[in-house]
Amino acid sequence: MNFFLETLIGGLLAGTMYSLVAIGFVLIYKASGVFNFAQGAMLLFSALTFVSLHEQGVPFALALLLTLLVMIIGALLIERLVLRPLVNRSQITLFMATLGLSFIIEGLAQGLMGAQVRALDLGIEDIPLFVGEVMISQFDLIAAAVAAVLVALLALLFNRTRIGIALRAVADDTRAALSIGINLNRIWQIVWAVAGMVGLVAGLLWGARQGVQFSLSLVVLKALPVLIIGGFTSIGGAIVGGLIVGAAENLAEAYIGPLIGGGITPWFAYFLALVFLYIRPAGLFGDRAIERV
Amino acid sequence: MTLNATLKHSATALALALGLYSALPQPALAAATEQFFPLATYRVGAYASSGIPVWAGMIDYLRYINEVEGGINGVKLVWQECETEWTAEKGIECYERFKHGLEGAPVAVYQPNGAPAAYALGDKAAADRIPLITLGYGRTEATDGSVFPYNFPAMLTFYSEASAFINYVAEREGGLDKLKGKKIATVYHDSAYGRETQAPLRLLAEKYGFENIQIPVADPGNEQASQWRQVRQLKPDWVFLRTWGVSTPVAIKTAARFGYPVDHIIGDIWASSNEDVLPAGEMGKGYLALTPYPGGASFDIHQRIKQHILDQGKSDLKDPKSFGSVYYNSGLVNAAIAVEAIRAGQKKFGNRPLNGEEGRWGLEHLNLDDARLKEIGFLGLMQPLKLSCDDHEGGGAAKVQQWDGKQWNLITDWVQADRQTLRPLIDAKSAEYAKEKGVQARKCAVEQ
Repeated sequence: MNFFLETLIGGLLAGTMYSLVAIGFVLIYKASGVFNFAQGAMLLFSALTFVSLHEQGVPFALALLLTLLVMIIGALLIERLVLRPLVNRSQITLFMATLGLSFIIEGLAQGLMGAQVRALDLGIEDIPLFVGEVMISQFDLIAAAVAAVLVALLALLFNRTRIGIALRAVADDTRAALSIGINLNRIWQIVWAVAGMVGLVAGLLWGARQGVQFSLSLVVLKALPVLIIGGFTSIGGAIVGGLIVGAAENLAEAYIGPLIGGGITPWFAYFLALVFLYIRPAGLFGDRAIERV
Repeated sequence: MTLNATLKHSATALALALGLYSALPQPALAAATEQFFPLATYRVGAYASSGIPVWAGMIDYLRYINEVEGGINGVKLVWQECETEWTAEKGIECYERFKHGLEGAPVAVYQPNGAPAAYALGDKAAADRIPLITLGYGRTEATDGSVFPYNFPAMLTFYSEASAFINYVAEREGGLDKLKGKKIATVYHDSAYGRETQAPLRLLAEKYGFENIQIPVADPGNEQASQWRQVRQLKPDWVFLRTWGVSTPVAIKTAARFGYPVDHIIGDIWASSNEDVLPAGEMGKGYLALTPYPGGASFDIHQRIKQHILDQGKSDLKDPKSFGSVYYNSGLVNAAIAVEAIRAGQKKFGNRPLNGEEGRWGLEHLNLDDARLKEIGFLGLMQPLKLSCDDHEGGGAAKVQQWDGKQWNLITDWVQADRQTLRPLIDAKSAEYAKEKGVQARKCAVEQ
């Protein structure tokens, strides 16, 4: 029973790390209907920028601030140079633009800051906590707390600020939002900047766990089943989706893995996502598309 | 115009053309005296951090041979890079581009530098009669040169690596007889590379009576809680860590998190570099790893390269901290094997550039004993290596190094694999391959 509980709790906590990545996708998808393939590259770029600055002797807080600034400038440039010229193009065109963007950002990151693996110490001691005989990772607990704070802040932004209301208006109906004078370009700038900040938080936590290196950009693969299960348009959905994926893949690896040769975590999450697609195509909390026919 | 005038004009035009031609540079003629070293590299993509120091080691050594030794017996080396991103398809593209040489300079040996490309190129290279050197990766059964004449998994195959690991554990436990009843777990990258040690470990477990536990980690391996929870539950005495890329630092950190002692984890050849342990920070202290090319810059060859290449600003190394890193040293060793194989071939074919067939002969007659290793500055960095038609692996030993948080420290001399025990497994696999592909095995006893 202890083993089951430990696997379940460990999985749920690991899932919040996936949710952090998924939230970045949700933000951009909500505002523009675009699946931002470059989210992983943004995560890599932000973590690399932070580590490079910190290695140069820039204090932790200042490095964090400067990285935020870099991500905001990056967001403004992406909006101006990539998205604005493509306004009114189809969603697949915008998706392809983000695909190209991901390669450019990855190349730039490695070209400017080097390809070597860097250690990232956030000062979080990963000494396990024991509740009875159940072991819980301190690092995962902190990551979960960070995710909770992030979701609360984003909820405040969306529900209690004028910018948030404008964002929701664009997400609900872009044309109606435009007709009442909401500046779409500005909204996109803000959303990409916020997604960049979320990418920074996710990049730092994932970077602390596995080192800051190219494979950080592959973390997005973990977010896809989370999005399918939770829905592409719901931040709460990203959290719930992350918890489901984390718990399910850990339990499956522990109990089903040994029966079929193991190593099932990467595909089991996608298998689960497929099952959800059959039952709830828009995900648990995603907006269902209702169209007049 | 008279006939005379026409002839005069034609003669003038011909003289002019000949004059112009002789005034132009003659790359083909110049290159005919050079030996081509194709470099299939990966400087971008997921594995760039591993590749960059490797190519620096290789290029620095080739440059050293040219500038200090005047080439291999006077034959200058030329090289060119082709980016593979560690993928099979680009690896094949690069091979196709390089196999005919470079402006007349022939290819004597080819290093695919990546397991996917090595597997994909096996039959092609054999058809083109170009020998592949796959140091620390590739097909173990290619040890049998009678079936795989153009494939050289030189120095340390995965089977030997597994056996050297068991022999080291036995040494720590007080002898091979003390292995009985011990639990030995292998946490492995769930790929052809990761699964390659399952057969030899099964055999060794039967022979010595230890419990053989296999725990796979799916690629890329950036979340391993469930695997290390199993390790915690099963409580193995030792863990053999056969991961690659990001899965290594994640494994070390997760093991520490689950309370498994890091100094009882022994990484394999692809989990033994600075890049594997640096991200683990403090948690990596005490981690052990097997390596056929230990880290460190105190070997004689490093002094020579430092003096003639690094200090002259001619190194390919962008980050000087990587000088003497495990990957840099692997580049040196890879390049040295290729250079020495050509030198061996030149003894038969003369001091000139060699083609693939001649390069293969050189490899099969390579004999790097301690005296020769001392001469070329590789004593201690590389084990004695003697290849033959029957044995394309040679050495079969590794050293064990331990990470102290800043650098690797060697804690053993060469730990030899039990190659005699493993050979029947290898022969069975190569015979199976020969049957499947209809390969007529060479008669090594006659050829030698």
